Amino acid sequence: MPIFAEILTKGPLLKGAQMKSRNLFLKSLFFSLALAFSSANLWATDPVKSDEPTHEESADQSVSTEEQISEYIAHHIKDAHDFHLFSYNDSSGHRKHIGFPLPVIVYTSQGLRFFMSSEFHHDDSGHHVVETDGVSLVKYHEKIYELNTGEHAISFGEEGHHDGEHEVGLGDELSDIAEIEEFDASHHPTNAHEVLDLSITKSVFGFLLVSLLMLIAFRSLANQYKKRAVPTGFGRVLEPLVLYVRDEIARPNIGEKHYKRFTGFLLTVFFFIWTSNLLGLTPLGFNITGQLAVTFSLALFTYLITQFSGNKEYWKHIFWMPGVPAPMKVILAPIELLGTLTKPFSLMIRLFANISAGHIVVMSLISIAIIMKSSMGAVGATALSFALSFFLTLIELLVAFLQAYIFTMLSALFIGMAVQEHDHH
Amino acid sequence: MTIPNLVGAGLIVIGAGIGLGQIGGRAMEGIARQPEATGKIQTAMIIIAALLEGLAFGALFLGK
Repeated sequence: MPIFAEILTKGPLLKGAQMKSRNLFLKSLFFSLALAFSSANLWATDPVKSDEPTHEESADQSVSTEEQISEYIAHHIKDAHDFHLFSYNDSSGHRKHIGFPLPVIVYTSQGLRFFMSSEFHHDDSGHHVVETDGVSLVKYHEKIYELNTGEHAISFGEEGHHDGEHEVGLGDELSDIAEIEEFDASHHPTNAHEVLDLSITKSVFGFLLVSLLMLIAFRSLANQYKKRAVPTGFGRVLEPLVLYVRDEIARPNIGEKHYKRFTGFLLTVFFFIWTSNLLGLTPLGFNITGQLAVTFSLALFTYLITQFSGNKEYWKHIFWMPGVPAPMKVILAPIELLGTLTKPFSLMIRLFANISAGHIVVMSLISIAIIMKSSMGAVGATALSFALSFFLTLIELLVAFLQAYIFTMLSALFIGMAVQEHDHH
Repeated sequence: MTIPNLVGAGLIVIGAGIGLGQIGGRAMEGIARQPEATGKIQTAMIIIAALLEGLAFGALFLGK
């Protein structure tokens, strides 16, 4: 009863303070987003400098042939250092990019360096050199390289050619760029080395965005339970999902005794994957769960939680399987040990491959509009591409949920295997 | 992608297709026989399908 009294007396005060802080938070969020998008416009109108001949590829930078499309799709699947929505050729033939830059944080031989990705001027071929406090950095295929002292351009070693390095100067012709692609296979520049890249890339940005969205949604849901038993607003959408994960995934798979310990992790994983997958279906071009690093980290958490919460029975079943003859126990031990690794590995690959494949197929179907234009006409090709990609996007909506469900379900299953108590035979 | 890679990918997809067909078909039979167990059968079906899918994707990924 005293608790109720306290809530009653402090209630309105607390509520006021909360409202204020939330208003402040929403305001700052709004302004930061507004700032981000205003800078996007500024960035877009920033004209390409004419004193950089290598950047004038505007003549044929449009995506129209099959090779260009597959390159574009491959580029989308990869992570990027700037947030790029789309680009077009303006009336004067310049390539304009719409998006906004993201911070680049790299650990070089001279220490940490911090600058915005706009410094690279959309260059991804290692031509544009960024100088920051005595360090020369170039970006090549979304990897940042540090040039050795005295070098002005990145170069790649040539096999079977003259002993000199193959320089790609700022003023080189296009033929040299073609040669660079040829020696791309080795991926080892001769006069530069990779740096430790801690940048806020597009996927990291998406990661943070999803975390922020989840924080807002679930904090408001959690706070509502202080005041009433039934949540209102968006909480009404979230509550059944939370209960679904708890009652249909965690409880039956982990068991009545232990499920509460792991429900937090399972809920986080479920909503993170689902939100990321859904964000990947928006035209913003996120591909968060289609990054192997992201799915690897998620699977690593499941792996560590499973191993560290495993009880005596679990380890006994791995190293000395009860109920089989002794020689079989010896054979089974390495297999079971390997099994603990293949489970998170398959979690990682499944999520990554599903989301990547989904993105590739959706983008391929969209590009039907471009490829089929000559044979079907603009209207027919667009209609076909729209119809196909529309239905595939609907399927992808299902896949987005299904993959989050599967990941959570299998995580719960693996954890359940580790913590369950066997009744002795 | 080279020809052996493509053939391998095709074989993987054929195998996974047979497996998924088996899982789906048997689940349908099970549901038809015991409609009251639909929920449980669906859950088990999705788990097995996911495991199979993980195997197929793993093979495709390693063979790439």
